[in-house]
Amino acid sequence: MVQLIKLLIIFFKIGLFTFGGGYAMLPLLKTEIVNKHGFLTEEELLDLYAIGQCTPGIIAINIATFIGYKQKGIKGAIFATLGMILPSLFIITLIAMVLRQYIHNRYMIYAFDGIRIGVVALIANIIYELWQKNVKFVSDKIIFIGAVLLLAVFNLGAIWIVIISALAALVLSELKRMKQK
Amino acid sequence: MIYFLLFYEFFKIGLFAIGGGLVTVPFLFDLADEYSWYSAKELTDMIAISESTPGPIGVNMATFAGFSVAGVWGGIIATLGLVTPSLIVIIIIARLMDKYSCNMRVHNILAGIRPAVLALILFAGIEIAKISITNLLSGLVLAILVVLIRFWKKSPIFYLCVSAILGIVLKL
Repeated sequence: MVQLIKLLIIFFKIGLFTFGGGYAMLPLLKTEIVNKHGFLTEEELLDLYAIGQCTPGIIAINIATFIGYKQKGIKGAIFATLGMILPSLFIITLIAMVLRQYIHNRYMIYAFDGIRIGVVALIANIIYELWQKNVKFVSDKIIFIGAVLLLAVFNLGAIWIVIISALAALVLSELKRMKQK
Repeated sequence: MIYFLLFYEFFKIGLFAIGGGLVTVPFLFDLADEYSWYSAKELTDMIAISESTPGPIGVNMATFAGFSVAGVWGGIIATLGLVTPSLIVIIIIARLMDKYSCNMRVHNILAGIRPAVLALILFAGIEIAKISITNLLSGLVLAILVVLIRFWKKSPIFYLCVSAILGIVLKL
């Protein structure tokens, strides 16, 4: 039970400080889940994003469910997911009920504009950190550049990026193995 | 009855909206057409609020839309409907992963996808940068924050609070 409440609190905190979509919460997930509690390694966290991208449901919830399940089974999955949605339930309900006019308040808008810049800075930092650990071989660079091109030129959806890069990874690793033989 | 319908409709969105961020939005526009629960204009308002408040956008949208249809319980039921498919599908996948993650081929594929996920993160960052870096001042603040984060390791929450304060003080 203590462990379940802990999961709920961790994800409540993450939900409370996630501004934007699933990617905006990556810096927080890394701090809380990888560095502080050691539930996952950095590599596993990235794998979760790939999985969350191709499975039904919004990515933030998929990731919370996955981590909760890994820690404490089905109950863990439920508690982590509840933690993730509770801040939204409280805050959005409050806004919809009484605070709707304050959201257009000048200072609120300034604060959120500032937060968005902070999110960009945090994402820039995490890309730098993850790059050093996960882009080591030529094959990794090929996949990264290929994904960037597909995103920039063809505007492909994330699910296609994951599927195509999985195929590319399979082919490249088989080629590497054949060379070694 | 309205609760059941809400749960069912948002369960469907949870099942078919794949990915992150604003993927739920087209489904919500469909709902607006089908049931006239809220107008397209109200929905636009909801998106703006959901984007700038804490919590994943998809969950915020579900809570908001559910609330506007049937009050507090509507918000709760719609959100539960949205997350239920994730719970079911992810638990199944997590079980399968336990079985196959030791497989060398699966291992290679996962390692190979990671650089592509980095590209996805990069583009998500660029999207946010496009709307938030609008002038020299915001660019300067970004540069300072990046350097601070790099060399002065504080938690992301600390930096989010700092950037909110900077936003107010500098009127970004």
